[in-house]
Amino acid sequence: MKRIEAIALAAEAAEAQEALVVCNIGFPSRELYALMDRSENFYMLGSMGLASSIGLGLALVLPKRRVIVLDGDGAVLMNLGTLATIAHNAPRNYLLVILDNCCFGSTGSQPTCTHFGTDLEAIARGAGAESVRTVANAEGLRSALAGDGIVVAKVEIGNADVPIIPLSPEKIIERFMKSAQQAERS
Amino acid sequence: MDRNKQQMNPSLAVYRGVKRAGINFAASVPCVNLQQLLRLVGEDPEIMHLPVTREEEGVGICCGAWMGGRKPALLMQNSGLGNSINALASLDLLFKVPLLMIISHRGCEGEQIIGQVPMGKLTPKLLDAMQIPRLSPSPDQAEDVVAQAWSLAEERRSPVAVLLDLQFWRAK
Repeated sequence: MKRIEAIALAAEAAEAQEALVVCNIGFPSRELYALMDRSENFYMLGSMGLASSIGLGLALVLPKRRVIVLDGDGAVLMNLGTLATIAHNAPRNYLLVILDNCCFGSTGSQPTCTHFGTDLEAIARGAGAESVRTVANAEGLRSALAGDGIVVAKVEIGNADVPIIPLSPEKIIERFMKSAQQAERS
Repeated sequence: MDRNKQQMNPSLAVYRGVKRAGINFAASVPCVNLQQLLRLVGEDPEIMHLPVTREEEGVGICCGAWMGGRKPALLMQNSGLGNSINALASLDLLFKVPLLMIISHRGCEGEQIIGQVPMGKLTPKLLDAMQIPRLSPSPDQAEDVVAQAWSLAEERRSPVAVLLDLQFWRAK
């Protein structure tokens, strides 16, 4: 499965579930924007490693909203501690999707430790998370996207040919917050 | 009134400021000087409190909480400021996200632990370099200043730091 195919499945599920999406920086956000831009998408432009944490904060304070985080293996390895925080605090409205292409895809595909055998599912379980699984195809991911917890989606190396997101940081956050808070109140 | 404030316990003064600001979400990494404040915040049913593993993670979680409509504070030692620089700059400053940072400022006058000194000296300079406002109240000013710090954060749409050094926590 290509990463952009995995992102497309996640975007479709998010739209159907009226979910908020927090997306990792770099090509994943660009691919998501090109596939299906929604005001419910928060495109991270910096702060690598924090997509999972931003999503956790949102899910905790907006219990009626479903929150899907699209993260990467490199970013999760950079903020492993948050898996422990997620394991012990994450509500049922939170799903962390780790798109594991075994490399830093946005910077030249340098291998991460998952390339050499580091198992993010095992790390997440070790952190205390109960609902964790690894999927390697579209069918598996589609089914995981209906659930909560943490899913490691094995994807191929490679970025789609997609442009830089033309939205300003102010625009991204303004429309995201409006969607997030409006729907919570209704 | 003034007399009461002067006699106020430093942790309680900060807590009252936090309450007056309407803070209803807190992430924290402990410092020995934050013990009592963490207990007060943790026991407050109006504040959702999340102990986190690293301060940078707390910046991310607080950003999410703010986007979801909460008023967030991050309680930490100044060593954690060093762990949070990139997140403060490329998340909070970039997207204009307010955050109240209550920081136990170690490594200043009276510090016994030599390892605290380098970050202690750098802390004000790091905040200044990032153009993050910093306020250093005495215990009798703390309630007002903490409440003002959050107002400033909302007005500027930026993090604001309240630095509380060893002298502050020693006051009785």
